[in-house]
Amino acid sequence: MKIGFYPGCSLTGSSREYNESLLAVAKVAGIELSEISDWNCCGATAAHNLSKELSVSLPARNLALAELEEMDELVVPCAACYNRLVMTQHELSEKLEIKAQIEGKLHMTFKNNIRILNVLQFLEKHIVPRLDELVKSPFTYDVACYYGCLLVRPNQIMKDVRFEDPMTMDVIMQKLGAKAIDWPFKTECCGAGFSVSKTEIVGELSGKIVRNAVDRGAKAIIVACPMCHSNLDMRRPAIESYLKRKIDIPVLYITQAIALAMGLSPQQAGTQRHFVPVNLTVNR
Amino acid sequence: MSKIGVFICHCGENISATVDVVRVAEAAGKLEGVEFSTDYKYMCSDPGQTLIKQMIKEKGLTGVVVAACSPRMHEPTFRKACSSAGLNPYMCEMSNLREHCSWVHDKSEATTQKAIDLVRTLVGKVKYDKPLYSIKVPVTKTALVIGGGIAGIQASLDIANAGHQVVLVEKDPSIGGHMSQLSETFPTLDCSQCILTPRMVEVAQHPNIKLLTYAELEKLEGFIGNFKATIRKKSKSIDEDLCTGCGHCTTKCPTKKIPSEFNTGLGKRTAIYVPFPQAVPNKPVIDKENCLYYKNGKCKICEKVCPTGAIRFDQEDELVELEVGAVVVATGFDVMEPSEFSEYGYGKYKDVITGLQFERLASASGPTLGEIRRPSDGQIPKKIVFVACAGSRDPSKGKPYCSKICCMYTAKHAMLYQHKVHHGESTIFYMDIRAGGKNYEEFVRRAIVDDEVKYIRGRVSKVYEENSKLIVKGVDTLLNAKPVEIEADMVVLATAAVANSGAEELAQKMHISYDSYNFFSEAHPKLKPVETNTAGIFLAGACQAPKDIPETVSQASGAAAKVAILFSQDELSREPVVAVVNRSAPPLYSTCVGCFMCATACPYQAIGEELIKNRKGEVIKRVAKVNPGLCQGCGTCVAFCRSKSIDIDGYSNEQMYSEVMALLND
Amino acid sequence: MNKEDLPFKVRESTDINVNECYQCGKCTAGCPVAEHMDLRPSVIMRMLQSGDAIAEEEILRSLSIWLCLSCETCYSRCPMELDIPKIMDYLRVRSYKEGKVHRDARDIVTFHKAFLNTIESNGRLHEMGLIIDYKMHSGNLFQDVMLAPEMFSKGKLSVFPERIKDRKGLSQIFKGQTKTNKS
Repeated sequence: MKIGFYPGCSLTGSSREYNESLLAVAKVAGIELSEISDWNCCGATAAHNLSKELSVSLPARNLALAELEEMDELVVPCAACYNRLVMTQHELSEKLEIKAQIEGKLHMTFKNNIRILNVLQFLEKHIVPRLDELVKSPFTYDVACYYGCLLVRPNQIMKDVRFEDPMTMDVIMQKLGAKAIDWPFKTECCGAGFSVSKTEIVGELSGKIVRNAVDRGAKAIIVACPMCHSNLDMRRPAIESYLKRKIDIPVLYITQAIALAMGLSPQQAGTQRHFVPVNLTVNR
Repeated sequence: MSKIGVFICHCGENISATVDVVRVAEAAGKLEGVEFSTDYKYMCSDPGQTLIKQMIKEKGLTGVVVAACSPRMHEPTFRKACSSAGLNPYMCEMSNLREHCSWVHDKSEATTQKAIDLVRTLVGKVKYDKPLYSIKVPVTKTALVIGGGIAGIQASLDIANAGHQVVLVEKDPSIGGHMSQLSETFPTLDCSQCILTPRMVEVAQHPNIKLLTYAELEKLEGFIGNFKATIRKKSKSIDEDLCTGCGHCTTKCPTKKIPSEFNTGLGKRTAIYVPFPQAVPNKPVIDKENCLYYKNGKCKICEKVCPTGAIRFDQEDELVELEVGAVVVATGFDVMEPSEFSEYGYGKYKDVITGLQFERLASASGPTLGEIRRPSDGQIPKKIVFVACAGSRDPSKGKPYCSKICCMYTAKHAMLYQHKVHHGESTIFYMDIRAGGKNYEEFVRRAIVDDEVKYIRGRVSKVYEENSKLIVKGVDTLLNAKPVEIEADMVVLATAAVANSGAEELAQKMHISYDSYNFFSEAHPKLKPVETNTAGIFLAGACQAPKDIPETVSQASGAAAKVAILFSQDELSREPVVAVVNRSAPPLYSTCVGCFMCATACPYQAIGEELIKNRKGEVIKRVAKVNPGLCQGCGTCVAFCRSKSIDIDGYSNEQMYSEVMALLND
Repeated sequence: MNKEDLPFKVRESTDINVNECYQCGKCTAGCPVAEHMDLRPSVIMRMLQSGDAIAEEEILRSLSIWLCLSCETCYSRCPMELDIPKIMDYLRVRSYKEGKVHRDARDIVTFHKAFLNTIESNGRLHEMGLIIDYKMHSGNLFQDVMLAPEMFSKGKLSVFPERIKDRKGLSQIFKGQTKTNKS
């Protein structure tokens, strides 16, 4: 089975530690990820906010490329890219006029038969079955698993049974030796794309999330989305300004937690790239 | 020689607007065998019927075709008219020019031509009509009432007081149903058990009512006036004749931590238990799943302490066969489990409860003896938020329909809380307030004005727990959709009323229709609310649709009246349109070869065997025989019979063939 | 529905029948930014139902539609399963195309426009390019200047863009899109 890989712009830019840790984990588990050659940006929030055509044609090109490369599955670690690709696949399979339009514009055809996986689905399918043998240094901390929006919603399309109280990351972290706390902000929005244009909203929304995690005793917040990570980590000054207190709880990608638990070094996991220092040690 | 009268109805404009009825009458008049043909505006009216009667007498008609609406509407009407004029009613047929012609086509030549064809077809059939006589069946004047809630209780009392025997079957150990779980009822705030228990006792003591509790319907066979019901009396492990209801066993039982169903899981009960103190009958049952003896052979303390030796561990389920003439289904409803609504945290947070659970808290016989207390820490809540429409009017996660009773009971709950906790603050998040019954609107106004319950129009998006308080995130749509966040001590969800979990299975056992929500279907939504499509089976109460107590009682009395009407006759007439196996002179006796394919095919188990014997009593031939009491005239057996030995009276092969030939030859 | 009616226009573009909304307000109750909005989601739905031309203008000129984060909470909880984020996208596209963007939302649109500009040029996001474009058009020259050195040292920012090879295909995608950064 050929597993395709769509990193998206954030993984090759401001969230490179996510890319690094994901590839490191895949390597240890012996999984080969084939990056789509010449992929383009999915358009993210900007495209669907300003232009319906761009919001479909930009992701569509990537789907067509993946189909050309005969990929069975496509792993999309960025939650926003995942959302755009899944919505586009949905739109192309439901609306035949739009499919025809896009095919005409791109001079490419769509079979819409690729299984698109977000990072949690990828981990659950390909990494979790091997975790028991691969975990060398248990991650024994209380953690708050934060899912954000686009990994669980819209539930009409994601069709996840537990979209109000998801447990995928919680279960993975438990397998790594951590205690995943129960908390009510698992799926509350972090402020999404307002990092630059409305930073104070990010400060407020992410602030509420961080405060709740800390008040319930979490020592780290585990995320699976580069936008969430950026808002909770890079925008910590805005959070502290909203909460009027200093908080130093680190934010880790789920792949970084797995990498550390597998015995990889912090360098390999990329934790030195964070704005909020990650001072957790794993038992070696 | 046939002398057929054809009567074409205009049906006001229903038929005449699309079909040229005058022409149809003319064309019919020219058919062979037709003595008289005319058209008239309303055949079903008095003058219309008089016309038929007159023509029968004047022209000596031997058969009548009324070309009008569907026979389902007026076949009985015209057959009765013919009968009163001296013509056998089964010599009268109806041709459907309305539902089959004028209502489904536009006005055109083809439509009128079709109408002419339809009339000609039925004229062809009538020529082969032969007089038939109603089949009389006796009526067993005992009613079976399934369900011992207020609906079943009311129906049983009414039927019993009319002088007939009633068997009331209830699946729980006690009768009373959901009404016995309520604390007070709207709009009078009467104590629910106080008004219910006298009726329950009346049922138990009534000489005409036989009460079977902890029992369920196993099988139902037969037909109106002549049902055979098999009831499974589940083993209570108690000899009811010896048990005095002293309750000593329940005090000694060591298994005390079983969540009580009556108390909706908020209280506990023992393995040998009486569901509530006012239970009727006030005798315990043993819960086999949790009893130590049944689980691992130990204990038996109840047996040791019982003063009359009434414990019977070896008691088996008993199957009882009853012959009844009518069945009233009053199996009630259930409250939806709101675990679908994970945003409300039901099941996760102890202090998020359903409306029925709140009733138990408020009830003096409940787990907190009538004090409103939080299930988590037993504290009295200072702020309660009530969420209306938690499951109703919700196509995405719940039911699309309105459960009717929640607006009223939520207002009631808030009022009860305010009366018990004077400084308490209650808030109700609602979408609409549906208070259509008598004194209902005034009741809700009392809650708002006198008891100062806060009503906020808007739905709640999420409930979560923080520092043992429940944070409720709602909105006030009447204040320009202002988001509202309340820190409450308790949240009560007004969950949807749904059909009982066993409803579908029960409906299938009784062969009655039910809808996609498993509520039982009435025969006509407007005009036949207490009858089902299965003759002899009636409905009462919330098993048909969510409803409040006054409506339930009315419906139960209505069903009882229908039963009384049925029982007012000693014999019932059945339509003689049944299958008959042919008989002829010896030595053939019948063309039937005794293969009994028809018996296998019959969906009503109406075909048995007949042994044809000679004078010495020796069996000559074994043939099929149709029980005219059970046969529904579906015709499946006729299709199956290889030797064409079985036919339907009134819809014979000959008649069908002549209809087809009449249609083809114009 | 009348072709001029707002509900009809919405249905044509989004396949959503706004008349299904029974104004329960659950969308507003769960919206994370409702408190900052001038017109809350359930109010916008009511205004769309009314079909009023004045209401239409008000919505397109509102701040709310730009504050919507597309977090999809409303869609997930709506009892009628109305795809409100899709309606918001429709309103945003119209607001932008018709030049009716609310004054306080201009920075948001500038950001999105700058984002799309770098994609049009390179096929992939060039974060440096995005920031420069945004700062020039928004006038927020000194925003986040303290972040830049740290981003560089952590290897998160590169000066030069990554460009895809199939620029012809890319230009096909962007052909005919509104180019100006109208405010």
